Amino acid sequence: MDVIGVISYSAGFAIMAGIYGVFALGLNVHWGSTGLFNIGIAGFFALGAYTAALMTTQTPDPALFEDFKFGGNWSELGFLDLGIDLWFFLGLGAASIVCGVIALAIGYVTLRLRDDYLAIATLGIAETVRLFFLNEKWVANGSKGLYRIPKFLGDWISPENYDYLYLVVVLVVLAALYAAVERAAKSPWGRVLRAIREDETAAEASGKNVFNFKLQAFIMGAIIMGIGGALFAHNVRFLSPLTFDPLLATFIIWAMLMVGGSGNNKGAILGAFLVWGIWSGTQFLPGVFSDPNFRFFMIGVLIVAVILIRPGGILGEERKVARSADGARI
Amino acid sequence: MLPMKNMTRRIGLAWTPALTTAVIVAAAAAAGLLPFVKMGLVVNGFILGSIIALGAIGITLIYGILNFANVAHGDYMTMGAYVALFMVEEALPRVGIEGQGLGPFTFGYPVLLALPVAVAVVAIGAIALDAVIYRRLRDRRVNAVVLAMMSLGVAIALRGLVQIIWSGGTQHYPRESRQVYHLPMDVRIAPDSIFIAVVTVILVAAVYLLLTRTRMGKAMRATADNPDLALVSGIDTQSVIRWTWAIGAGLAATAGVLLAVSQAQLLPIMGWKFLIPLFAAVTLGGIGNPYGALVGAFIIGVSAEVSTQWLNPSYKPAVAFAIMIVMLLVRPRGIFGGAEYR
Amino acid sequence: MALLEASEVVAGYGETEILHGVSVAVNEGEVVTIIGPNGCGKSTLMKAVVGLVRVRTGRVTFKGVDISAQSPERIVRSGLCYVPQSANVFPSLSIRENLEMGAFVRSGSHPDRIEEMFELFPDLALRPGRKAGSLSGGQRQMLAIARALMLDPALLLLDEPSAGLSPAIMGMVFDRIQSINSAGVALLLVEQNAREALRMSHRGYILVSGRNRLEDRGPALLDNPEVGRLYLGA
Ligand SMILES: Nc1ncnc2c1ncn2[C@@H]1O[C@H](COP(=O)(O)OP(=O)(O)OP(=O)(O)O)[C@@H](O)[C@H]1O
Ligand SMILES: [Mg+2]
Repeated sequence: MDVIGVISYSAGFAIMAGIYGVFALGLNVHWGSTGLFNIGIAGFFALGAYTAALMTTQTPDPALFEDFKFGGNWSELGFLDLGIDLWFFLGLGAASIVCGVIALAIGYVTLRLRDDYLAIATLGIAETVRLFFLNEKWVANGSKGLYRIPKFLGDWISPENYDYLYLVVVLVVLAALYAAVERAAKSPWGRVLRAIREDETAAEASGKNVFNFKLQAFIMGAIIMGIGGALFAHNVRFLSPLTFDPLLATFIIWAMLMVGGSGNNKGAILGAFLVWGIWSGTQFLPGVFSDPNFRFFMIGVLIVAVILIRPGGILGEERKVARSADGARI
Repeated sequence: MLPMKNMTRRIGLAWTPALTTAVIVAAAAAAGLLPFVKMGLVVNGFILGSIIALGAIGITLIYGILNFANVAHGDYMTMGAYVALFMVEEALPRVGIEGQGLGPFTFGYPVLLALPVAVAVVAIGAIALDAVIYRRLRDRRVNAVVLAMMSLGVAIALRGLVQIIWSGGTQHYPRESRQVYHLPMDVRIAPDSIFIAVVTVILVAAVYLLLTRTRMGKAMRATADNPDLALVSGIDTQSVIRWTWAIGAGLAATAGVLLAVSQAQLLPIMGWKFLIPLFAAVTLGGIGNPYGALVGAFIIGVSAEVSTQWLNPSYKPAVAFAIMIVMLLVRPRGIFGGAEYR
Repeated sequence: MALLEASEVVAGYGETEILHGVSVAVNEGEVVTIIGPNGCGKSTLMKAVVGLVRVRTGRVTFKGVDISAQSPERIVRSGLCYVPQSANVFPSLSIRENLEMGAFVRSGSHPDRIEEMFELFPDLALRPGRKAGSLSGGQRQMLAIARALMLDPALLLLDEPSAGLSPAIMGMVFDRIQSINSAGVALLLVEQNAREALRMSHRGYILVSGRNRLEDRGPALLDNPEVGRLYLGA
């Protein structure tokens, strides 16, 4: 690879790392700040990506597709002549709304119950969303996938330079989300969330409506994940249900947050770049390290090791994992 | 106290399995007799329910005693299926044991020999994982959800391990195709399915006897009821925990082998995908309640199969999920009331 | 030498310290009662003695052996049993199974000892297969005490055995406690019904905010005007 090649590869890498950074921020709102155990990130990822894509993609040509009818291209509906690039923003907004509404629904059902129910429910949502897009071919062409998702401002810039532009877009969104999340975490609202995470009973006893706070945090994280999904859709510009397999759409994001430092927004972003760097970098290594199965295994080992050895990750806040250090001990 | 209330109490634990079995059979018969429900699907549902039950009983025991949702349980199933594959494909042929199509079954007797090996390997593995991982977290007295998080890491690592050793592709036990039995009411049932049902009945009965008749089983129930009191009663809670893992993981390994037999294939993701019906069954039956998990499993299995009359069969997990959500909305403690749901 | 000797025990939960150096002693065959206001740390002291709460500093010895860092299982094995203030039976286990769990450290099902418990608490013998969760408050308390007696301990710790019972049942519980003691079991009691408890106690302690306040023979504490004013509602 020549210099240009390296730079352009790096831009592509940084775009993906930045998008993962968005997801890690969202997951940090769930797990790091509030202690909500979401193992179905892939569900919000897919919902965000498909929503944004369907709002901007061309209506399918009936001559080319048998089952695929729905399609997007809402930009051509005529009632709002915004041009495809403004629809990009509407797609982002719609993605976050859809994810927020789904989060409201499952949060409402499960957040009054024990923490683990949320985990199972998010897993169920992820699988249900995947099955929906797989089976309902009329919505997004099933397993054959949705393609020709438009580039944002694609007409403005030559294809070879497009990645640099999109990198800027992703980084701006990431920075904006970081600022928002940081502000929320430092607010009284964020302090209540941390209190809930440390000791829910005590937070409840001091008169906080724990359920409401958890629900708000869950929705906020899901909205961020929806935005991440939308950014992803316009980057890869091809979506199929296979895109959202648990490894690359859930597990790796967990590894990113745990490594970077749960509870710390900078840590989340650092973890995203680091883990994505290791993940992408190891594919060039010889032997077992580039074996995808080995790397899959290592993601799990990484999570286990961080929890055991350094629960705060690299930049994690000092966090008391113990609820009552001297209580009973089974 | 109302006499009626006393009645149900007197039925108590000893009668629970008999009673629930009666209820299930009655409900299934009723469902099958409905003109718009195919009896064959109900029967299939019971077979699927059997496999779910073996996994769900383990999850609910672990939940009740160790107080967390073991997200790696599906991957313990996968592990069991693959250990058995190793036995029938590598280990047993070396000593001259090979074969398929045993009697009416598609598989051969090597699978019967491999099953206990898979159970032992996965059970010992689970105990070892507890000793090096979960026990340390318990000593640190972390929140239950951190244990669940840890089990996610374990799940990923286990699946990675399966993929490293056996590759990510589809495999199957050596098999020979076999005739299915034709029964009245247009029911067709494969001999393999009967095998699955029989294994499940035997294991469920064994678990029942263990929990009600043995000192360790009673100590497990006591620990699930009240861990602190168990501790100050002098119950050796560390052995209780080891037994819980051994039973839970052993049942999971069996479920994995049976799932591989019934689907006629093994895939590294098979266990992870099975988590939704497993947890749906656990929730339905009430967390920590093994009989509840059994009944929940049959309800989920039958509903998922019967739903294929109207829905694309690949929506089965979504059906299980929907039933679980409805249950959480109307009765979060489950049908029979579980330990603690918040 | 005292049978149980807790000296300068400091213990608590998480970051809060509840006991700031409490000392109590129980001699062979004695009944000792601890009284004190709500939340002063009486239950915490008991939990520290049985190993349910860590002893941060100070020492607990039982039969001359330091047990302050031992596991509850070992402590039970050495003959010190405990009945917690609440949640002191296994609700989904039958009466008989609850009793069997009391003797878990010795293998076997101990039918003879269970029969002895049924003689001491005839109510329990009526339907030994009944689930503990369906028992009345008084029956539950008796089952809890019987469970703790299964090992024939040298010392029994009872945390508010009369709480929430009707006067008739309460009298019966105190009566049983006395007969347990006359069989040679030493007792350490926490009680809200201080008058009743002190009357049958050899000695008593008064605990306030995690510290020893007073210590005397049982009847003497009953006659102490300060105690009478503060804790006996006189
Ligand atoms: N598990 C726990 N975690 C945190 N604090 C606790 C715990 N158990 C008790 N406490 C606190 O410790 C203090 C002492 O409690 P303890 O139960 O020892 O009091 P007590 O003297 O037995 O009171 P009571 O008469 O109400 O039974 C109380 O302020 C209580 O809130
Ligand atoms: Mg108390």
